[in-house]
Amino acid sequence: MINHATIEKNVVLMLLLTVLTVSIGGLVEIVPLFTIESTIEKVNGIRPYTPLEQLGRDIYLREGCYLCHSQQIRPFRDEAERYGHYSLAAESMYDHPFQWGSKRTGPDLARVGGKYSNDWHVQHLTNPQSVVPESIMPKYAFLKRPLKFDDIAAHLKTLRIVGVPYTDDDITQAVNDVRAQVDPSADSTALLKRYPKAVVAKFDDSSKEVTEMDALVAYLQMLGTLVDFTDYKPADLQQ
Amino acid sequence: MTIATLHGSAVGGQRTTGEAVKYNEAVLRLFAAAAMIWGIVGMLVGVVIALQLAFPQLNFGIEYIQFGRLRPVHTSAVIFAFGGNVLMASSLYCVQRTSRVALFGGDALAKFIFYGYQLFIVVAALGYVLGITQGKEYAEPEWYADYLLTVVWVAYAVAFIGTVAIRKEPHIYVANWFFMAFIVTIAMLHIVNNLDVPVSFFGTKSYPVFPGVQGAMVQWWYGHNAVGFFLTAGFLGIMYYFVPKQAQRPIYSYRLSIVHFWALIFLYIWAGPHHLHYTALPDWAQTLGMTFSVMLWMPSWGGMINGIMTLSGAWDKLRTDPVLRFLVSSIAFYGMSTFEGPMMSIKPVNALSHYTDWTIGHVHSGALGWVAEVSFGALYFLVPKLWNRNRLYSIRLVSYHFWIATLGIVLYITSMWVSGIMQGLMWRAYDNLGFLQYSFVETVVAMHPFYVIRALGGALFLVGALVMGYNLYRTARGDLREEQPYTLGGSAQAAR
Repeated sequence: MINHATIEKNVVLMLLLTVLTVSIGGLVEIVPLFTIESTIEKVNGIRPYTPLEQLGRDIYLREGCYLCHSQQIRPFRDEAERYGHYSLAAESMYDHPFQWGSKRTGPDLARVGGKYSNDWHVQHLTNPQSVVPESIMPKYAFLKRPLKFDDIAAHLKTLRIVGVPYTDDDITQAVNDVRAQVDPSADSTALLKRYPKAVVAKFDDSSKEVTEMDALVAYLQMLGTLVDFTDYKPADLQQ
Repeated sequence: MTIATLHGSAVGGQRTTGEAVKYNEAVLRLFAAAAMIWGIVGMLVGVVIALQLAFPQLNFGIEYIQFGRLRPVHTSAVIFAFGGNVLMASSLYCVQRTSRVALFGGDALAKFIFYGYQLFIVVAALGYVLGITQGKEYAEPEWYADYLLTVVWVAYAVAFIGTVAIRKEPHIYVANWFFMAFIVTIAMLHIVNNLDVPVSFFGTKSYPVFPGVQGAMVQWWYGHNAVGFFLTAGFLGIMYYFVPKQAQRPIYSYRLSIVHFWALIFLYIWAGPHHLHYTALPDWAQTLGMTFSVMLWMPSWGGMINGIMTLSGAWDKLRTDPVLRFLVSSIAFYGMSTFEGPMMSIKPVNALSHYTDWTIGHVHSGALGWVAEVSFGALYFLVPKLWNRNRLYSIRLVSYHFWIATLGIVLYITSMWVSGIMQGLMWRAYDNLGFLQYSFVETVVAMHPFYVIRALGGALFLVGALVMGYNLYRTARGDLREEQPYTLGGSAQAAR
């Protein structure tokens, strides 16, 4: 057996052994997630976020929503009844970063999309206590201000670098797509072809301009809506 | 403080060479002072956000101070600003004494580390209130702040490892094993978890490289080992130096130190997936995470035993030395939270505890009980040394601080246990018709009284820290408080 004195008298040896010791666990747990194909379930319907949804997601991060809301439904009976089908890895495959969260001071939001009306969301974000009197959520009325989206193409390009499959068309059309998603009277066929199931509406009617509120509600209204679970049996979703 | 005359004797060998080494210690005053100030700031923000959860009107509808933006300010301030400065002060003190050489790179490198690190803290915190964040817990600073921290951290590694490399002692002292493992591993975690692509060179926004499930695994590999290496290995380094110094007893077991060190650093790194139980992370990874988390209980308690048993033959000092009381009670809290952690990592337990305040209570029993209390002990030891004072301004005030802080911890963790377990049970409760018994908001209402108690516990902890800040300030000025000394049957210790 090696005498430990050999190690503790040699700083280089000690550092090398330390680095080796702390590397093993991470390598074993992380690398296979990139190589085992069944890690991401094969389901239809997952698509990158629309430019407006992505901007809404950026606001979701900026305000620290993830500190009180999870986006990850566990496979338990009560969670299925409260929130819906358990979350799939595929459903966050285009998320940079993931927003699964670690705390439910408020309810899970993984499938909040479509559960409430657009008006409810705007009212709730503006003054949560006006619709849920006991709520302890802060008021986000300040989101009713113009959204900055002139640089959205650069954001989509960056996301493409890290692996989100935005096409050239998606990127050139990005600014138009933002406007199209908040304009129900305009022709949204091109937008919906690129981004099926996107919710087109002027979510925040306090302003004619595109607001941060529009972006955030557009994001919330698509959460968990992309996969049609009637198409799959439990065995199809095994990792 | 009689130990002022004993440096280098309790640890680091008994040799007396005629020449005195001139250590770079005055520069460490900066780290100690910054630790105290950031500690108070971080705890204050903690009390504010605790009150916001109890009374949401306190968000005032103002974007810069709403909970979601202040919470990272709290976590970063207490972990990285308070904890980080404590670690730097104590590690750079310990490594010089136990290597019997002055700091590698001297005052200049130490000052670079100090100002660089404070700049990182300010840049990161300003970002949070302005809404600049990566959106990953405990890794919120955006890409430019990450680069800044990387540079500072390399400088810290050079100063620390450089000092070990030029040591005059044949052996590297055990505290330094832990400090080195902490420095090297944090560098690895920080770099890998913050791999991202900035949207533009002059903008603040970036998108991380890893998506969804892989991103989650990397984040909690980082997140859990920020606990394992920043808040555990680093502070165990503090334990291995400051407990023997303050107790004037050698470490209980050398062999246990070796087992403790290697087992702890090997096992900790696997524990991340227990933050992702029952999620879309594949089951094999969850099972690995749970298994290694449970195994981690053993080295953790080995370390606890090694720390606590260092007092064998000196237990009486707990009655007269409140600084030692902080150190020993911190190890007891370490033992408690390193039992609770493995228990919560067991999947069926986690099914109840996850997403609830139980986790928050667990974190704080470790953060307040272990990390903060061992830090207080180390700072009470260091400040008189660094400012060349015979003793602290007041020993009595240390004792008041101890009891105020410990009472605060008890209120904090018990309220969060009750609130967390209650909420977990309410979420899964069914009525006799088979419907979910409680709406979500009913569980929120039920937590209110516990949020008030938690805020009170946090406020007490803050008051304790203010007492400490005052005591250390007067100590640095060279004042001595007129007070009744703690006596133990008129022994020599009574003079303190």
